Amino acid sequence: MLEATPTEVQEREALRINPAKTCQPIGAMYAALGLHNCLPHSHGSQGCCSYHRSHLTRHYKEPIMAATSSFTEGTAVFGGGANLRQALTTIFKLYNPDVVAINTTCLSETIGDDLPSLIRAAQDDGIIPEDKLVIHANTPSYVGTHVTGWSNMAKAIVDYLVQKSDTPQQQINLIPGYVEPADTRHLKRFLKEFGVESVVFPDTSDVVDTPQTGDFRMYPKGGTPVEDLKTAGDSLATVALGPMASEAAAKSLQNKCDVPYRALDLPIGVAACDRFVQTLMELTGTQPPESLVDDRGRLVDIMTDMQQYLYGLRVAVSGDPDQVVPLTEFLVSCGARPVYVITGTPSKYFRKRCEEILSNTVPEAIYKDDTDLFYLHQLIKNNPVDLLVTNVYGKYIARAEDIPLVRFGWPILDRVGHSYFPTVGYRGSMHLLCTILNTLLERKDRDDPDEVFELVM
Amino acid sequence: MTEPNQNNPQWETDTDTFQATETLMRSQSPIDETTTQETVEEIISAYPKKVAKKRSKHIVVRDPAQPEQEINANVRTTPGIITQRGCSFAGCKGVVVGPFGDVVHIVHGPVGCSYYSWMTRRNQFKTREDGENFIHYCFTTDMNEHDLVFGGMNKLRKAIQEAYDLFHPRAITVHATCPVGLIGDDIQGVAREMAEKLNTNISAFNCEGYKGVSQSAGHHIANNEFFKKWIGQDTETESIEGYTVNILGEYNIGGDAWEIERVLNKCGIQVIATFSGDGSYDEATKAHLAQANLVMCHRSINYMANMMETKYGTPWLKVNFIGIHAFAKSLRKLARFFDDPELTQRIEEVIEEELAIAETQIAEYRQRLEGKTVFLFVGGSRAHHYQDLFADLGMKTIVAGYEFAHRDDYEGRQALPKIKVDADSRNIEELEVKPDPENYQPPKSEEELEKLRQEKVVGEYTGMMPDMGEGTLLVDNISHHELDTLIKRFQPDLIGSGIKDKYIIEKFGIPSKQLHNYDYGGPYAGFWGAVNFAKDVDSRVNSPTWQYVKAPWQQAS
Repeated sequence: MLEATPTEVQEREALRINPAKTCQPIGAMYAALGLHNCLPHSHGSQGCCSYHRSHLTRHYKEPIMAATSSFTEGTAVFGGGANLRQALTTIFKLYNPDVVAINTTCLSETIGDDLPSLIRAAQDDGIIPEDKLVIHANTPSYVGTHVTGWSNMAKAIVDYLVQKSDTPQQQINLIPGYVEPADTRHLKRFLKEFGVESVVFPDTSDVVDTPQTGDFRMYPKGGTPVEDLKTAGDSLATVALGPMASEAAAKSLQNKCDVPYRALDLPIGVAACDRFVQTLMELTGTQPPESLVDDRGRLVDIMTDMQQYLYGLRVAVSGDPDQVVPLTEFLVSCGARPVYVITGTPSKYFRKRCEEILSNTVPEAIYKDDTDLFYLHQLIKNNPVDLLVTNVYGKYIARAEDIPLVRFGWPILDRVGHSYFPTVGYRGSMHLLCTILNTLLERKDRDDPDEVFELVM
Repeated sequence: MTEPNQNNPQWETDTDTFQATETLMRSQSPIDETTTQETVEEIISAYPKKVAKKRSKHIVVRDPAQPEQEINANVRTTPGIITQRGCSFAGCKGVVVGPFGDVVHIVHGPVGCSYYSWMTRRNQFKTREDGENFIHYCFTTDMNEHDLVFGGMNKLRKAIQEAYDLFHPRAITVHATCPVGLIGDDIQGVAREMAEKLNTNISAFNCEGYKGVSQSAGHHIANNEFFKKWIGQDTETESIEGYTVNILGEYNIGGDAWEIERVLNKCGIQVIATFSGDGSYDEATKAHLAQANLVMCHRSINYMANMMETKYGTPWLKVNFIGIHAFAKSLRKLARFFDDPELTQRIEEVIEEELAIAETQIAEYRQRLEGKTVFLFVGGSRAHHYQDLFADLGMKTIVAGYEFAHRDDYEGRQALPKIKVDADSRNIEELEVKPDPENYQPPKSEEELEKLRQEKVVGEYTGMMPDMGEGTLLVDNISHHELDTLIKRFQPDLIGSGIKDKYIIEKFGIPSKQLHNYDYGGPYAGFWGAVNFAKDVDSRVNSPTWQYVKAPWQQAS
């Protein structure tokens, strides 16, 4: 497995090998699925749309609906206006969504299609029915990554759909970040327990984790209703979880409607969850309920009970900045040593936070943004680790180097559960920590000789 | 009513079970005529006017009384319709070129295209003894804004150099993505220049995603480049002894090619090269030395079959290794081709032995599956091939369609002269090929070949249509709306389709079998594959899980 990877690390300027990221539109498609009765639309050639739908489907084992402008060579020369008009006509007649959320591809971005003008013209010409909405985000694949795409669509939701009235609302806006439906569901429950009213968007729970009922619903019951977004401009504040994904939308909301925002690390691990709770306390003047405090205590209880298995453990981590940063902090808080921490997404946030978390605790740690799994593998070959925490693509390194692997982040194409069980909040962190611990204990059971094979661990 | 099989050549098998399979495939649809008509009308009437007019030509109710029924295919997709189709890049790099596992495939473009085609098609590859294996890697120039503005040729040059320095591969391929064509990066020029500098085979594929109307354009582009830059590159080897073939258009999904090769080897037939499943560069460069090309997926590789016939005199035979009787029939076709009593006898022995084992093992599953109905919507060949295998299990295909096949795949190659290349596909290069003065060596005399042509042993594919019975439906480039309507109206027992549809179908409570990736199982080709398939289909159709879709309090008493 991966036998061609040399141990010696050569500087590469041009060749990306085994990327730890993908391109913008898939993130935008995922964010758009978090609107109720919304059909994502990919303005480009149809290959992108098929790839993005397939990839999300493999991750969720769920239908992922989206349409495409299906560019041909002629379109590439003359522009995609006619294709978009045809697409909107067909979509509204046939599939009747309330919102069409358009993302672009490197094709439509390179030829320079002017989406606002095209949408306006479609509106003027009656191609878009009066009670229907068409929004768009520019998502050039050659800028940033899938996280940028999510961020751009979340911002587009604010720019197009959020309004301000004269009635202030005793509620907060929560932008949950590029997370699993289980995470968003858990965050909503968390706020409810807290007694905080909220508008949560985008919200993919009940969209990409729907029950089997024998009846296919093209637009499942989940997704943030456009109605709810109309009051988001009147909220007390916005909490943006995962700055890479969520901060742009929160900032835009502040500029548009004067709603102040706080950008926080995703609440993964005890410290990040505490900061989330403290922020909610400050913003709403509410005390956390006993149930949450108890959950916090249970999380810390596992950390202290099982610390011997994590203390000093060398760990390699890769994934999206918003996930990797709090995970790294969580590992450090458990006494582990995240020695290699990488992301494919170029990110100042990642570099800054990694330095804050690691410089005093794990001074030998190598952390790097805008890099790839080939590099991570080379680091591991030079100085091995005890545990790998990555998305699915880490499985090749784990096998090649015989390292226990915990799948975490996006995407996970070969296991089930990631969309049903959260990793955010105290309870989600408990679940993540248990997965890590149980993976290590499984490995110990596999490796220990018969004479020291333990009953109690 | 079954279509009369007027011309049943000698090489076709005539055992009872074979006849039963064929009779079932070609039998009348169990859906009554009125329901079928109403369903087609319901589908069409939901569309905007212009779309309705177009789509009606892509849906055909099979009528065996009309021998030359036509279907519209290989034309542009209606924007917004929710198609299953992918792009030219997917057809080229993802399908035809990517499976060569000892070659470094560099995708020139932003990161997405390389990423999504990384390990997502299950074309398995085994490292050769002295060989390298790059099948688990993903290589890209990861173009950024700067590359888009100032051009990406320098970065591509550097990427090729870095790949060469790191891996010293046997060959490198370069694949263009959407923006490459627009910004005018000359990837052919860079490939030529770097091939000279590094003294390595570097081929470039201009498979920008917007070319043509589907994956199909990418197949053609891949065929052209392979034909120009790979075939015949081995000039050391002058001939290879024995009965030799290439397998064209077989991508070793879930190990299919290995099972096919097992049976061919058992018969005494040697496979020189496979395009492209478990493909190795060195083997591919010897392909011109084989005596025959066996064409599995007609759509993706018929270009190369034709070009090799013109240049080297290599005849091609359409085969189907999916389904035990289809495989037997294909083997007999090969026996007829080589026309050696000893080989024929060995083939008959292998067929007898393998059929007996497979039939016995399938019997148990067949009992549980017989009489069930199937829809098939798969790329450009399996929607036809798998009808044989389903018939082996007693299951009847009532609706079938391709994403991106052309009229010849539906109607047979006699439709070729009637096909007009439209504006969307006109820019796909057609190579001009002439007989090679030194290497043109047909394995048989012109009279013998002519006779084989008459018997339809070589150079013929009759398409999916003749194998489908009266009242069945053919749907080209099916849309989500069409799938939805057909499911509700026909309530099939199983749908064979792809990943994007799978969970849509299953949310309706109808089992779906992925026929691109086999739901991570396989092989499904050959005799052993058929048994795997029977087991997997049974597990989908007869799983107890479906009984729990409705809660007890929701079920009608």
